[in-house]
Amino acid sequence: MSNAKPRIKVPKTASKDEVITIKTLISHEMESGQRKDKDGNTIPRKIINRFTCTFNGQEVFSCDLDPAIAANPYFEFSAKVPESGTFTFEWVDDDGSVYSDKAEIEVS
Amino acid sequence: MKLTRRQALAISAGAALAVVAGRAGSAHAAVDDTEKAIQDFTGGKSPETGRIRLTAPEIAENGNTVPISVDVESPMTAEDYVASVLILADGNPNPDVATLHFTPMSGSATATTRMRLAKTQNVIAVAKMSDGSVFMDKKEVKVTIGGCGG
Repeated sequence: MSNAKPRIKVPKTASKDEVITIKTLISHEMESGQRKDKDGNTIPRKIINRFTCTFNGQEVFSCDLDPAIAANPYFEFSAKVPESGTFTFEWVDDDGSVYSDKAEIEVS
Repeated sequence: MKLTRRQALAISAGAALAVVAGRAGSAHAAVDDTEKAIQDFTGGKSPETGRIRLTAPEIAENGNTVPISVDVESPMTAEDYVASVLILADGNPNPDVATLHFTPMSGSATATTRMRLAKTQNVIAVAKMSDGSVFMDKKEVKVTIGGCGG
């Protein structure tokens, strides 16, 4: 099931060692495992439990998510850019699926 | 078995007390869980105040999506940086919200996300530095509509 659609916002260019702001959003219901359906059965938990951002293979920022993170998890964080390269973003679902996206940045 | 009026009253009063005691017990459990989560995260150290700033709205109209930000003062160099930040909410069914992990590549230890709040409660952020020191900030958020469904 892949209706999880990532959206990312990374500047296209930066100067060397600039600290940039990255914004990410992924559409996902983040079913908490606390809710019940109309028959009183608990709806099983299904959330994104991990998010990572790497730059040229090096970890920049990551997060372990619990069910208290709102639906469509949003993250805004910063990154230092020492050189031109690629940011890779990965979201790991409870069911094992991994959603990913990439963004290039050029250092002038 | 036939109950006298007096016995019936005694039983219902007892039942009411049990309900009250049960409620108080569960409220304490959430706070205890929060305390335990902090201790587990810091390795038993009591966090100091300062260096970390948690930004959350004073009143959240919709508990389903409450924006929160953390900002930790740190040079973010390879020798001295913020390793992780634990976010907790002491009135949710489960106090854990998220654990953010920073690296010197983060440039600055700031992050924003959106969380769920079941009711009016404290949101707590605990930062762990690369040298092992811990800092905490806490904000009370008033919630108009709870956000845990059910």
